[in-house]
Amino acid sequence: MPSLKDLKNRIASVKSTRKITKAMQMVAAAKLRRAQEAAEAARPYAERFDAVLGQLAASVGGSDTGPKLLSGTGKDDVHMLVVITAERGLCGGFNTNIVKKAKQKIRELKAAGKTVKILTVGKKGREQLRREYSDAMVGHIDLSGIKSLGYVNAQDITRDLLNRFDEGEFDVATIFYASFQSVIAQTPTAMQVIPAQFDAQDGETTGPLYEYEPSEEAILADLLPRGIATQIFAALLENAASEQGARMSAMDNATRNAGEMIDKLTIQYNRSRQAVITNELIEIISGAEAL
Amino acid sequence: MANTMDFSLVSPERSLVSGPVSEVQIPGTDGDLTAMPGHAPMITTLRPGLLHISGPNGEDDYVVTGGFAEISAEGVTVLAERALHQKEMTQDILNDWVVEARKAWKDATDDNAVAHTAKLLADMVAMGTHVGLDPDHANYYE
Repeated sequence: MPSLKDLKNRIASVKSTRKITKAMQMVAAAKLRRAQEAAEAARPYAERFDAVLGQLAASVGGSDTGPKLLSGTGKDDVHMLVVITAERGLCGGFNTNIVKKAKQKIRELKAAGKTVKILTVGKKGREQLRREYSDAMVGHIDLSGIKSLGYVNAQDITRDLLNRFDEGEFDVATIFYASFQSVIAQTPTAMQVIPAQFDAQDGETTGPLYEYEPSEEAILADLLPRGIATQIFAALLENAASEQGARMSAMDNATRNAGEMIDKLTIQYNRSRQAVITNELIEIISGAEAL
Repeated sequence: MANTMDFSLVSPERSLVSGPVSEVQIPGTDGDLTAMPGHAPMITTLRPGLLHISGPNGEDDYVVTGGFAEISAEGVTVLAERALHQKEMTQDILNDWVVEARKAWKDATDDNAVAHTAKLLADMVAMGTHVGLDPDHANYYE
């Protein structure tokens, strides 16, 4: 049975924890709104880019002479997994879910006899993956110093990835991130970026016949890396929004749990206080009777 | 024939312009071109340069690099990796861009890439001069 003083301290500490989680929840809510706005603002660009690249890819990509980024290396041996997670914890199962999805894929690939390489973006994913697959980790991109995600960050990741691709380090690249469904639901998602896949809208290829300047192939070669950067940028933004959403609901839960705990502790505190008073009264009365 | 068409200028991070215009000058990789309503549908990649639009809301200039322009029956869409209003363009930004282009050119190894990055650098420098900034200023930062 804890003493009254212990209980009092305990209540005070849970109360200050609740204050912190409440504050974190509000901060996450504000950041979530901004992250959603950023993801929203980036959508028109990504959609147009995808559509145009889809058209181009449909007309050029079929041939064997198409760029490697589109047609692949012709092999399927070495897989590069780009695992995008958060830089910070305290966001529920957010990071773990992404890592779990990646690990599942790693096991599948290894079972099929493929080589797996891992490139991590975000500290939390690296920490979790390093325990099991430290030999497969080929790189890490640190985003911890960045206040607001810009397209430049996506370009950095893409450049790193493309350099490795040019050097023949891997055949297939897949990115793992959490796609944002709602504040309470974020789905870990795997998306293949190399060889690139675009939503080729079959309906639209019958639309206007475009003239291309320079040639279709040259445009495709120029735009493909940018298209991949755009996809990665979209994934980064979705991931950032998901992270804040996950943190918000995790902190909401924590705040509620802290409240419940305070109620329970307060009842316990009052009961033991009453017990102490009753005890004292009994002592006084029995003392008086003995006289 | 309608004398305006829809125009939108979009960068990865935000949409900059959207509205009716009567004329757009696009800095294409193979040379400038002007799109007016009824232009044949085409897609061209961009070189670093000035995008000039004129329409019912007056004339405007934007600095764009990297990306492409899509001209269709409905209008013109320019997707630029980096796009700024000319007034927002400063010497510092230009310096960064020129340094970056110069680095890409120096790092390029095969002939194709060297030619490509050299053109990019030249275009970047030309664009700098065009908007009245000093492109060689960036040399001091190396």
